[in-house]
Amino acid sequence: MVQVVPVAEGKELTAMPQYSTYQPKPYKPRMSAYWYLDQWHYLRYAMRESSSFFVAYFAVITLIGIAALDTGPTAYAHFQALMRSPAIIILNALALAFILLHAVTWFLLVPRVALRQFLGKPTPDIIASAPNFMVWFGASVIVALFILRII
Amino acid sequence: MADTIILEVERFHPESDTEPSYQSFEVPLRDDWMVLDALNHIKDQLDGSLAFRWSCRMGICGSCGMMINGVPMLTCETQLINFAPGPLRVGPLAHFPVIKDLVVEMDDFMAKLQKVKPWIVRKDDFQPEREFIQKPAQMETYHQFSLCINCTLCYAACPVSGLDSNFIGPAAIALAHRYNLDSRDQGIEDRLDIVSQHEGIWDCTVVGECSTVCPKGVDPSLAIQQYKLTATKEWFKSFLLPRGKN
Repeated sequence: MVQVVPVAEGKELTAMPQYSTYQPKPYKPRMSAYWYLDQWHYLRYAMRESSSFFVAYFAVITLIGIAALDTGPTAYAHFQALMRSPAIIILNALALAFILLHAVTWFLLVPRVALRQFLGKPTPDIIASAPNFMVWFGASVIVALFILRII
Repeated sequence: MADTIILEVERFHPESDTEPSYQSFEVPLRDDWMVLDALNHIKDQLDGSLAFRWSCRMGICGSCGMMINGVPMLTCETQLINFAPGPLRVGPLAHFPVIKDLVVEMDDFMAKLQKVKPWIVRKDDFQPEREFIQKPAQMETYHQFSLCINCTLCYAACPVSGLDSNFIGPAAIALAHRYNLDSRDQGIEDRLDIVSQHEGIWDCTVVGECSTVCPKGVDPSLAIQQYKLTATKEWFKSFLLPRGKN
């Protein structure tokens, strides 16, 4: 392949070659506002992070319920009626799903910061995560027994 | 199975283009070819103007990292046949300025890497008469982080790197952590000043993709989370014992 440089054509070679001072600018890509839809991993991350909103929502709903309980039977009956509306039931089901995702992903991240060595040996991830799941399960059972008036 | 595959290669000429475009090339689909072999076939046989970096062809030099179907990979280690029947898209590493076609500018990464002092720092005048002795268990603490080849796939996979160009980034922090964990090193405080800034470890939101895409099995995400723990401990120490140092 013969390479022809137009500006050098027909000119004599000189001892000092002339270089262009023109420096082309590189292309700087910008991230799309919807970057989290590009890959499943990113979407999963975005869902994990946005699950915090549902945790906050659930905390607010619980506080409203406690406040209604404190105000009196009529206020609490209103709160219960509100909770029975289909829109709130759908929202709460969605919130429950995201709160479960929040809890599971949070506990699975524990090995990233937990003690990496136990008795001089590297800790398997499941050993670091397991106590959290066990405490969570135990607390859920106690709350369920309390709600069902078994204890 | 077809005996050819289409490669859609991102092209950008800095003197004539304002933004990149894709150009399709039909290359032989050989079961012993990596994506890099296909790119070399294009350059040798179809279009000599295609620009891309490569060197060792065996996953050591870390220069042939590119986006393959949107995922950062070393093209020398990625088999072409896995993408049959195609087409597959090859682009430059995401989040880096593109110089030409598949070649990216790495100056910013190099500057960040240098900032975290990825070498053994000694504070004393200790002049060893022989090599530093290190037990296998001491080496084991940092060994996986020392396998980094600076291919920057982790930067291309990290959305935080793309959104915040000031973020020091996964590889640089993993290497800072590697030297902090080294029993011969005394530079932890120097590095902490740089890495514990907001643009350092606290910018990381644990996406975890840096560790997934690493071709050498390094876990930068783990390094960053462990570094957060170290930085928190150091902060509490300085808060509770302000005159504890020196």
